[in-house]
Amino acid sequence: MLIGVPRETKPGETRVAATPTTVAQLLKLGYEVLVEEGAGTASSFTDEAYREAGASVGAAAEAWGTPIVFHVNAPDQAQIDLLQPGAYLVSMMAPAQNPELLDALAARGVTALAMEAVPRISRAQSLDVLSSMANIAGYRAVVEAANAFGRFFTGQVTAAGKVPPAKVLVAGAGVAGLAAIGTAGSLGAIVRATDPRPEVADQVRSMGGEYLSIESPEAEVSATGYAKEMGDDYKQREAQLYADQAKDVDIVITTALIPGRPAPRLLTAEMVASMKPGSVVVDLAAANGGNVEGSVPDEVVVTPNGVTIIGYTDLAGRLPAQASQLYSTNLVNLMKLLTPGKDGELVLNWDDVVQRSMTVAKEGAVTWPPPPVEVSAAPQAAAQPAAAPAKQEKQPTSLRKRFTLVGLAAAALLLITAAAPAQLTANITVFVLAIVIGFYVIGNVHHALHTPLMSITNAISGIIVVGALLQIGTGDTAVTILAFIAVLVASINIFGGFAVTRRMLEMFQR
Amino acid sequence: MNISSWATAAYLVAALLFIMSLAGLSKHETGKQGIWYGISGMALALVATIALALDGGDHGGMTTIGIDLMIVAVIAGASIGLWRARVVEMTGMPELIALLHSFVGLAAVLVAWSGYLMVEAKGDAQTEVPTDLLGIHHGEVLVGLFIGGVTFTGSIVAYLKLSAKISSKPMMLPGKNALNVGALVLFVAMTVWFVIEPSLWLIIAATALSLVLGWHLVASIGGGDMPVVVSMLNSYSGWAAAAAGFLLNNNLLIVTGALVGSSGAYLSYIMCEAMNRSFISVIAGGFGMEQPASSSDVEQGEHREVTAEEVAEMLASASSVVITPGYGMAVAQAQYPVAEITRILREKGVNVRFGIHPVAGRLPGHMNVLLAEAKVPYDIVLEMDEINDDLSDTDVVLVIGANDTVNPAAEDDPTSPIAGMPVIRVWEAGNVIVFKRSMAVGYAGVQNPLFFKDNTSMLFGDAKERVEDILRAL
Repeated sequence: MLIGVPRETKPGETRVAATPTTVAQLLKLGYEVLVEEGAGTASSFTDEAYREAGASVGAAAEAWGTPIVFHVNAPDQAQIDLLQPGAYLVSMMAPAQNPELLDALAARGVTALAMEAVPRISRAQSLDVLSSMANIAGYRAVVEAANAFGRFFTGQVTAAGKVPPAKVLVAGAGVAGLAAIGTAGSLGAIVRATDPRPEVADQVRSMGGEYLSIESPEAEVSATGYAKEMGDDYKQREAQLYADQAKDVDIVITTALIPGRPAPRLLTAEMVASMKPGSVVVDLAAANGGNVEGSVPDEVVVTPNGVTIIGYTDLAGRLPAQASQLYSTNLVNLMKLLTPGKDGELVLNWDDVVQRSMTVAKEGAVTWPPPPVEVSAAPQAAAQPAAAPAKQEKQPTSLRKRFTLVGLAAAALLLITAAAPAQLTANITVFVLAIVIGFYVIGNVHHALHTPLMSITNAISGIIVVGALLQIGTGDTAVTILAFIAVLVASINIFGGFAVTRRMLEMFQR
Repeated sequence: MNISSWATAAYLVAALLFIMSLAGLSKHETGKQGIWYGISGMALALVATIALALDGGDHGGMTTIGIDLMIVAVIAGASIGLWRARVVEMTGMPELIALLHSFVGLAAVLVAWSGYLMVEAKGDAQTEVPTDLLGIHHGEVLVGLFIGGVTFTGSIVAYLKLSAKISSKPMMLPGKNALNVGALVLFVAMTVWFVIEPSLWLIIAATALSLVLGWHLVASIGGGDMPVVVSMLNSYSGWAAAAAGFLLNNNLLIVTGALVGSSGAYLSYIMCEAMNRSFISVIAGGFGMEQPASSSDVEQGEHREVTAEEVAEMLASASSVVITPGYGMAVAQAQYPVAEITRILREKGVNVRFGIHPVAGRLPGHMNVLLAEAKVPYDIVLEMDEINDDLSDTDVVLVIGANDTVNPAAEDDPTSPIAGMPVIRVWEAGNVIVFKRSMAVGYAGVQNPLFFKDNTSMLFGDAKERVEDILRAL
């Protein structure tokens, strides 16, 4: 099947939905690719490079008229009219905010796959464009901040005096937040981060940041992998935290977004006013209303007290080649999923939760929203409540069974011991007690020590030599020979076993 | 106080020392003390026994030739044992331990036979055992003989399988469960008969039966269960010693045998839990195990290959690496270059950890021993449960010579022979590099869908050479 890659017409858009590299990968999956003239220019990919990779280059109408269309932005009405009925359209569409678009696509008879609608499950990570774009945006946010900030990020002691390191606060430790933490950290800044989801604390630390927790009983474990809106008490504590931090830090990068809702207001105008002159705020949520009071989408604002507020909404597009590469690789991964035969035939599997979730229009009908997909980022917490009731049901029967078993064993032991002669009774007593000790003595053995433990019990079981030794000197020739062999092999066992155990234990070291 | 009461006292102290030895071996910190407790206990027991034998007890002294033979046997056995222990490769440890178990079994058989020759063979002329206890003695001879015989041949088969001298595939005789149960019933019948009327042919038949049963029990267990089998034979060898203790009315033997027997059984149980196998089915010799479906052998798609240089690059740019070794690493002796890579990457600040499946290798803790030999610090060597949750945050996983323990079919495919076995979920990591000789199936005879996953790359060839290639590229 032919895949068309039209040029992006949205003003300021620099990305493209296929690069020469991904064209080659698509060809490998059995597809042909048609790229509109100049589609890759803004991302520094020439038409020539596409041709070399094996794509053909054509006009806009040709690219839109293919059976499969790859795009970055949602199409406008004119572009929808160019689509063939029955064609597949793969692009970002913001389905929750654009019901009219979905209606238009459905009316055109197009099967539309929205890249933002990929569920956040591990299997679908390789298709998740929000993650890959957020990653770039997080990086770029730090670069923009560094550009506007009049100082070093890193602390230095120089002949010309001591330079303190910059302090960066990252609000929201999602993909963008984590990328920003990592980037700012690698420039040498002191990085702090906040997030309402306590489970991200480890991720923040792993990127080299310090996690500032907002103590609250409401601290949530997210079931969808995204943050949700919080209650009043929580908001009050949060506001206090931001107010304190605003006075202290030099750079604030806010990345808080709740899907389908206006962005939460994190920094008020007073907090911004309390920041030091020369400080920089980057608001990644400017497009959705802004986390910061006073931020303007796509603009840089300088407040009266000298704080720069950057509200760019196209941070990912500001690294066009990188963004195109990641976006188009996400598309290739999607096609791998949709092309089970690797034969260039697109097959939509309605039972696959990933494919179902992404499909927002199909056969003239709007299929948004999809059935919910549970994807907890903290699986243990979610799994425990479910497992507990099952256990309780099981216990009574197994308890009764256990009592019966123990009772039977006790009765059998009682009978045997009572019937046995005195000497045997003494032996059985010792035997039974030793068994119990054997169970308990190794109860907590460390898994790494299984082999040495087994090898020492093996050496100890060579104690059977005692029996042979008692028999060896009894004068009977046959017995002596048998006992001789027994002593021989048991001695091999004892000495070999202890020596081997020692050798193994010598090696264990911290 | 005579020699005999001294010996009894020494036996008690020795038994306590053995208990402390086992307890010591449960922790790294006390491991070395544990060995010394064991050695002192053994020395004490030997000295006491030799003194007792020299003094003669009921027999009126030991013959000179007996003393000579005893010294020769102990010295010869000691030198053979120490020599084997010194030269054995750490990778050959499972075989050695299996072989040592067989010695205990053999000794138990011989002790039982001696017991027969000293008592039953003499008929009414014997003076060893009071007449009223004679029936019990008869029974003890046969039980000791039986456990010893099963341990002996079972361990030999385990040794042969582990050293690849015979195929490790489970032997599937028709009606093997009936065979095992039948042999047991037959043995009980023989014991009853022997107690009523001891005779030479009966003890010979019982010996043969026990040897055959031991062989069949282990032969019908597949290679994948070998760690459990070794541990189970360890337990059997303890029971054999305990049976000999009953026979000779020796408390030290009973205590020690029971200790080893029950701790070995418990260890096997822990391992079965880890593999999600029924303890009964393993201990009874593949009891009720189904023949694996053969349809799963087919390859399930295309795999991708990768070069050592690419792997080196991936490792150098990763921030978190997990290595899951398996028996293949042991076979190729790759633990030293692996340890070297670990050291280099750790110096570069890469978080390198090891994920060890409970049944990786051919005996429990096999991988830990190898890695310890190569001086990998043991606090980065983690258990399956400790590492599984972190794998999704891991950049690169190196699967070195492991197969079934990283097989996603255990979780995804309910018809797979290894379904339900907990596995290390390596496929959740960013990249998985599988070191393998070829696309052949693993020990359980199951194809591994991991090899065909999109984030999996194969690095073919001898594990050691490939790891060394990576080392050079780093």
